[in-house]
Amino acid sequence: METSSKFVWNAKDPNLLLLFGGVLALLVVASVIGAILKRTAKTESTERVVANLNSRTRAWWKMSAVFAFTLLVGKTGSLVLFTLLSFLALREYITLVPTRRGDHRTLFWTFFIITPLQYYLIGINWYGFFAVLIPAFAFVFIPARIALAGDTEHFLERAAKIQFGLMICAYCLSHAPALLILRIPNYEGHGAVLLLYLVLVDQISDVLQYVWGKLLGRHKIAPNVSPNKTWEGFVGGVATATLLGALLSWATPFTRWQSAGMSFAITLMGFLGGLVMSAIKRDAGVKDFGAIIEGHGGILDRIDSLCFAAPVFFHLVRYFFVR
Amino acid sequence: MSTSIHPLARLIAAFARGLSGVQVRWQGCAPELRQRVYFANHTSHLDFVVLWSALPKELRARTRPVAAKDYWQSGFRSYLAQRVFRAVLVERGAAARTAHEEHLHSSGFAVIDQMAEAMGERDSLIFFPEGTRGTGETVGEFKSGLYHLAKRRPDVELIPAYLENLNRILPKGEIVPVPLVSELTFGPPVQLAESENKHKFLERARDAVCALRRKGSE
Repeated sequence: METSSKFVWNAKDPNLLLLFGGVLALLVVASVIGAILKRTAKTESTERVVANLNSRTRAWWKMSAVFAFTLLVGKTGSLVLFTLLSFLALREYITLVPTRRGDHRTLFWTFFIITPLQYYLIGINWYGFFAVLIPAFAFVFIPARIALAGDTEHFLERAAKIQFGLMICAYCLSHAPALLILRIPNYEGHGAVLLLYLVLVDQISDVLQYVWGKLLGRHKIAPNVSPNKTWEGFVGGVATATLLGALLSWATPFTRWQSAGMSFAITLMGFLGGLVMSAIKRDAGVKDFGAIIEGHGGILDRIDSLCFAAPVFFHLVRYFFVR
Repeated sequence: MSTSIHPLARLIAAFARGLSGVQVRWQGCAPELRQRVYFANHTSHLDFVVLWSALPKELRARTRPVAAKDYWQSGFRSYLAQRVFRAVLVERGAAARTAHEEHLHSSGFAVIDQMAEAMGERDSLIFFPEGTRGTGETVGEFKSGLYHLAKRRPDVELIPAYLENLNRILPKGEIVPVPLVSELTFGPPVQLAESENKHKFLERARDAVCALRRKGSE
């Protein structure tokens, strides 16, 4: 059966193409608005905001292109992309964590063995091992390997921080491409559409929370953690992204109401993900995890919401729609 | 000596750049095509490659590392150092041993002669004045080579640089690197003042490197 083979060319899936068409239209609109704003910007501070907006839009074009390409190539393409994302995110995270000389070999395992293996398990459809590799096996392996290295200073802290990074950057994120191996009755072979749905709702919710916050934001939710997160942005973003998700139900195995519920869960988890990762950044005394994406910061700044939304969405789908 | 870059050097540089995700900042100086000595803290085998690969291409072809002869003179290491990166191989410690005999034209100065000669009219050098790789927690005392070179070639700009996190990517004694994000900061040129003695100058040069450190400096 074609759906279980490793290499599936997804470009024939009409829903996938339609959704990407929608993304393309959004990007065009955003670019046009950006160009108009650039002309009408008068003060220096608005110019700076508009310039940042436009560089974000440019980065969105590139990110969408890469995602579209890998998704259309099929399961292998998506797995390669997400392995790389995990790798880069983990690298940004570990850079901020004060590991010690004795952690070197442990980190080698974390980056070069455990993370790729997590995605390989999706590749060979081994769900049982995929689900426990990091929470069970890596969990006992990491402190053991650090203990073998012999340095006990801040031992628990080091082990915990490495494990946490691996959970967020590799384990949680890997649940997004793991949607490709779910066998949903009457929806076989359309896992790529579901993955796109998750990423689309999650990322649009980020953008809408930002936009609503900029337009109406007044009451801060957690000023010590993230000064940009306001109740107005949160409510507006979650409501509009949920509405959009409901309108996309035609591409999913969900009914309209189910799709609204799923999108609500995605946006809520996405918000919490952004909040948690902000707290980590504040604790480490940095603004962004990196500077790899123009206008956005690091990879982890872009996918923090996805890291939280992916496992919850995956298990909601698996529990309610598989079998 | 040709100015073209060895293909293997390009490959290694690209790999090192990717692995170290190095973010380069130029503070108080810009990449320019002129004779310079870049001097930096030393914690990893990757230091030179990362610093070298961070330079614009035109500069790279004209920038050579200074490396310890005892470590880099045999087998594949020798090939890497001499053929691939055109390293200037010098006797380690010799300069320091004889530094107090400044009036004598001893072997310490042979090293300085060698470096000055290797630079010629055109090339720049990458130099690690600590002489050996440290742990990364502190920057070690500078050996006197930098002072003598500054005296010998007053026309050459001395650029301090600080490499952050490379000790975590590939620490001394490890073979496999771990891919973290590193930072490289170039600082404003340091000049040897007319009446400045060796100790003071080396102290100041070391401070110039430490000042580029982003994390709380001790």
